[in-house]
Amino acid sequence: MKALVPIFLVVAILFAVQIIVSFDRWPVDSVQQGFRGTGMVEISNPRIEADLVKANQPPDSYGPTEPGGPKASEIYQNVEVLGDLSEDEFTALMISITAWVAPEQGCAYCHNVENMASEEVYAKKVARRMLQMTKTINSQWKDHVADTGVNCYTCHRGNPVPQYAWFQETGPAQSVGGFNAKRQGQNVATERAVYTSLPYTALDELLVADGNIRVQSAGALPIVGETGVGLQATEHTYSLMMHMSDSLGQNCTFCHNTRALGSWEQSNPVRTKAWYGIRMARDINNTFVMPLQPLLPEAHLGAQGDIGKVSCMTCHQGVNKPLYGAPMLTDHPTLGVASN
Amino acid sequence: MSMLNFEKKYRVRGGTLIGGDLFDFWVGPFYVGFFGVTTAFFAGLGTVLILYGASQGGTWNPWQINIAPPDLSYGLGFAPLMEGGLWQIVTICAIGSFVSWALREVEICRKLGIGLHVPIAFAFAIGAYITLVVVRPLLLGAWGHGFPYGILSHLDWVSNVGYQYLHFHYNPAHMIAVSFFFTTALALALHGALILSSVNPKEGETVRTAEHENSFFRDSIGYSIGTLGIHRLGLFLALAAVFFSAVCIVISGPLWTRGWPEWWNWWLSLPFWS
Repeated sequence: MKALVPIFLVVAILFAVQIIVSFDRWPVDSVQQGFRGTGMVEISNPRIEADLVKANQPPDSYGPTEPGGPKASEIYQNVEVLGDLSEDEFTALMISITAWVAPEQGCAYCHNVENMASEEVYAKKVARRMLQMTKTINSQWKDHVADTGVNCYTCHRGNPVPQYAWFQETGPAQSVGGFNAKRQGQNVATERAVYTSLPYTALDELLVADGNIRVQSAGALPIVGETGVGLQATEHTYSLMMHMSDSLGQNCTFCHNTRALGSWEQSNPVRTKAWYGIRMARDINNTFVMPLQPLLPEAHLGAQGDIGKVSCMTCHQGVNKPLYGAPMLTDHPTLGVASN
Repeated sequence: MSMLNFEKKYRVRGGTLIGGDLFDFWVGPFYVGFFGVTTAFFAGLGTVLILYGASQGGTWNPWQINIAPPDLSYGLGFAPLMEGGLWQIVTICAIGSFVSWALREVEICRKLGIGLHVPIAFAFAIGAYITLVVVRPLLLGAWGHGFPYGILSHLDWVSNVGYQYLHFHYNPAHMIAVSFFFTTALALALHGALILSSVNPKEGETVRTAEHENSFFRDSIGYSIGTLGIHRLGLFLALAAVFFSAVCIVISGPLWTRGWPEWWNWWLSLPFWS
């Protein structure tokens, strides 16, 4: 028994060291986002914030381009979406798209360089749809993106498939049988549910499907004749909210006064942005992204054969305004105009 | 106030920490002492200030009266009276009266020649309060991080501060504190029930002894902590609950700014299974 004492001591010391180093270092920054004393405060670590700033810089600008002159549609063949641009504008946008989406692969990622008008590379069809999507976001979803707008770089950041596109989560292999065999898509630490026991299928339910997010009851007691909201639906909502917090690098009090999470009167005005953002993500996924699934090679699909979809994280990447609110339409204002 | 005629002989002079014999007297059954006077002063002033704040706050609904701390922009400085300055003075009064009360307990202990267990235990509660309204605000750089004084408003603060870390139940010290609170209730319930069971025998039978109490737990769980031990355990459980409560809030912010669920990633990334 006495021989075990040193072993126990070593384990205890290692454990204590592990616990101590698991914390962040003081000092920290704080921002008040509600009336004094409500506890609506964002506390952030300046060391982590510095890394975020480094990782979220806007792309290099190639400067403004000249309008006027012959249109791209008159010079080039098969220009469906960007035909109204001048040659200068068109070429500059093509160069920018290459830098934003396929900097290593170059033009050939989308084009047959022998015949740029050809449709044979699947990525060209995808890119055209993505341009329409970008124009739709910037013109139809101003309630979320305002005049800041988005361009390809907002999500892609130099990657052909955005780093934070998401696929259906399969969860870990089931190693247990019987009563425990069904996890109901939860009770396991996943990044998707921000390491809580909440379900990791919330994005499927609420950013693809038109699921019900309003789970808070309006009264203290069940209302006779009305079916309440189930625990699963409630946990999906909380899981989505965790995802939003994680994506924006903000806590719940950025939008909500948690004494009444559902009350718009007591929420911060910025919550309306998030409301539109949820609807925008659903529109992007259902109208633009998911129909492209048959075009994509298997290597770009998820384990379940699904296409990478968008969530809040896809654009925001840990910051409440993507790329710290850098305007994304300055160089290529055509991206802000509705697609015809 | 009525007084039993033998109480007087238990009243011991001396043992004061400050003021000598000046306040060494009783009012009715209550020992006064220098710290009794300061307790009354701070508690009275604080209460009056809260009532004044309520009179300026637009409601006399006791649930909704709210004395809020200053905006964070005032940092660690003084705020105007109606913009958090009142909260700052009330906080000084609260700490003044709590500490005075603890020192009055110390004086009573010294008079009686007993240990300082009661004031030390009370000091843990004071420590938790000071952690909330002084230590954590100091570490975060603004008095505005203290909690507001109001029945509902302080609950709203607790809710929002919990949600600052997404899911506060994943806070490791909160887990430990909650466990100690529940265990305190369990130990008190078992102890209270055991004593009552021993001193309430069937009609016509004699009161049972400590050995019966010990035997009950030896029979049921194989061990009895004993008559003195249960009180040591109870004090430890209760103080540990308070101590870890203070820890769980003081690490939230100063030592961790993200969601608490994420803190546990150190466990997920241990080399044994990652």
